[in-house]
Amino acid sequence: MNGQDALFEYLLRLGDNALILGHRLSEWCGHSPVLEEDLALSNVALDLIGQTQLWLNLAGEVEGKGRDADKLAYLRDARDFRNVLLVEQPNGDFAVTMARQFYFDAWHYLLLRELTGSKDARIAEIAAKSLKEVTYHLERSRDWVLRLGDGTEESHRRMQAAIDDLWMYTGELFESDDIDRAMVQEGLGPDLVTLHEPWLGLVRATAEEATLSLPQPGWAQKGGRRGIHSEHLGYILADLQFLQRAYPNATW
Amino acid sequence: MYAQMVKTGVEHVRSKDEMSPEEQAFQERVDADIKIEPKEWMPEAYRKTLIRQISQHAHSEIIGMQPEGNWITRAPTLERKAILLAKVQDEAGHGLYLYCAAETLGVSRDELMEQLNSGKAKYSSIFNYPTLTWADIGAIGWLVDGAAIMNQVPLQRCSYGPYSRAMIRICKEESFHQRQGYDAMTKLARGTPEQKQMAQDALNRWWWPSLMMFGPSDADSVHSAQSMRWKIKINSNDELRQKFVDQTVPQAEYLGLTVPDPDLKWNAERGHYDFGEIDWDEFYQVIAGNGPCNRQRLRTRVKAYEEGQWVRDAADAYAAKKAARSKAKAA
Repeated sequence: MNGQDALFEYLLRLGDNALILGHRLSEWCGHSPVLEEDLALSNVALDLIGQTQLWLNLAGEVEGKGRDADKLAYLRDARDFRNVLLVEQPNGDFAVTMARQFYFDAWHYLLLRELTGSKDARIAEIAAKSLKEVTYHLERSRDWVLRLGDGTEESHRRMQAAIDDLWMYTGELFESDDIDRAMVQEGLGPDLVTLHEPWLGLVRATAEEATLSLPQPGWAQKGGRRGIHSEHLGYILADLQFLQRAYPNATW
Repeated sequence: MYAQMVKTGVEHVRSKDEMSPEEQAFQERVDADIKIEPKEWMPEAYRKTLIRQISQHAHSEIIGMQPEGNWITRAPTLERKAILLAKVQDEAGHGLYLYCAAETLGVSRDELMEQLNSGKAKYSSIFNYPTLTWADIGAIGWLVDGAAIMNQVPLQRCSYGPYSRAMIRICKEESFHQRQGYDAMTKLARGTPEQKQMAQDALNRWWWPSLMMFGPSDADSVHSAQSMRWKIKINSNDELRQKFVDQTVPQAEYLGLTVPDPDLKWNAERGHYDFGEIDWDEFYQVIAGNGPCNRQRLRTRVKAYEEGQWVRDAADAYAAKKAARSKAKAA
C-alpha cells in the first residue's frame, strides 16, 4: 500500500465514524425522552454529518477517482466501510446511546486534539474545526453518564448495563495497524495506542463520579476498520442508501 | 391551520355594554394595538382560548416532526439529510417556544403534553397523512409550510405579547423551510422522468389536505369573530386559503406540475383563482381521529414520552442530589 492509499483509508475511517454515528443519532429525532434532547441530539448529529462531508470529500480528493463525499457515503457496500464497530451499535435505550456517545466522544476528542498538529494542513484544519464541536459533545455525553449513573436506581441499573455491554467495542479504538503506523511515520496522525491511557483516565474518573464500575479489560471485538462489521451496518446502509440505489444517476 | 377551529367558549361576540370596566379597558388596549403581557388582567375566555390555540399550534409542531422525521435516515444526499434534520430540529424548537408562550398563561408543559397524549388536545389535521416518498418531504416544505406561513405572518401582530414574539422567531425559520421544500421539489421536477412523476404524485396527494389546513369556512363562526375582536386571529380561513391558492398555483406552473383540481381557473373579474370544493367529510373524519395516521402518530408520541420517563426522573433526581450536596458543602 502506498502513502496515498493509506491516507485514503485513514480518511475513510474518520469520515465513516462520523457518518455512521451521525446516522444513529439522527434516528432519535422525534423520539427523544424530552424536547430539549431532540434538539441536542440533532445538534450532535448535524455536527457529525458536517464532519463526514469534510473527511470524505478530502478522502475522495486524495483518492483522485472523482468520488466526492456523497458517492463515498451512498455507493459503497458494507465491506468497504471503515468505521469502528462501536458507532454502528443500535441506539438501544437512552443509556446505551449516551454510553456509546461518551466512549466515542472521549476517544474522538483525544484523537482530534492530536490531529490538529498533523503535518497535512487539510487534516489539521478539519480537526481544529471538529475539535470545537466534539469538546461540546464530550461535555454533554459525560454529563448524561453522570446524571443517569447517579440518578435513580433504574437509571443507574440501565447505565451500568450499557457501560458493560459496549465495553468490548472500545478496544478497537486503540488498535494500531499498518495504516496507522504509516500515518505516524509521515507525521499525519498520532499513534492510537498513546490515546489509551488518557482515555482510560477520563472514563475511569467519570465512571467513579457516576457511581458506576468499569468492566475488567477483556476480549475486544475488532474488524470494523478493516471492513468486517456487525450485522447492523447492512441495515443502516439499506436505509441510508435507498434512494441513491433505487434511482441511479439522479440528482437530488 | 396549525390551529384549526379553536373554540372561544362564547356564544356571541361580547358587546361593549356587556363588558365589565376591566374588560372594556382590556378591549381598548387591544383595539389600540397595545400588546397584552402575561401579568396583565385579561378576560378568562381570552386566556383559555389562547391556551387552546397556542397549545394546538405547539402540538402540531411536535407531531409534525414524525412525517418528516420518517425520511431523515433515507435522505438522498448528506446535504439533504442535514437540511431535513435541521428542519425537524427547528420544529422541536418551535414547539418549545410555543409551550413556553402557553406557560405564561398559567398552564404547564406537562399538563399540555398530558392533554396531547390522552388524545384530548388536537393538532393540525395535515400531519395525519403519510410521507410515502422523498417528494413528500419537498411537498410538505413547499405546501404545508407555505400554508402555515400564510397564517403565521399575520399572527406576528397578534395581541398577546409572548405569542406574537414566538411567531416572529418562528416565521423567520418557516420561510427558510418553505424555500428549501420548493428547492427540493424543483430538483425533482427538473430531474429524471421518475423523479418528476414522484413530484407530481406528491402534489396530488398533498394539495387537498393542504387546503384543508385552513379549516372550514368561518364566515359565520362566532368563535372566529370573537378571536378576531381579540386580535388572536387576524384573517378569516377563506381569505387565507384564497391567498394560498393564488400564491401556489403559479409556483406549480413554474415547476411544470399540475394542480389536481379540474375546477381550478383564473377569474379575471375577481383577480383570484377559482377552485373546486374541498371534501369536508374527509376533513372531519381526519379531525375525528380517522385519518390514515392518527393512531400511529399518537402512539409514537406516547411511546417516546413513556419510554423517556425514567430519563426525566433521573435528571430530576440527579439535580436534586447535586443541589443537596452543594448546600451541604456551603453549610
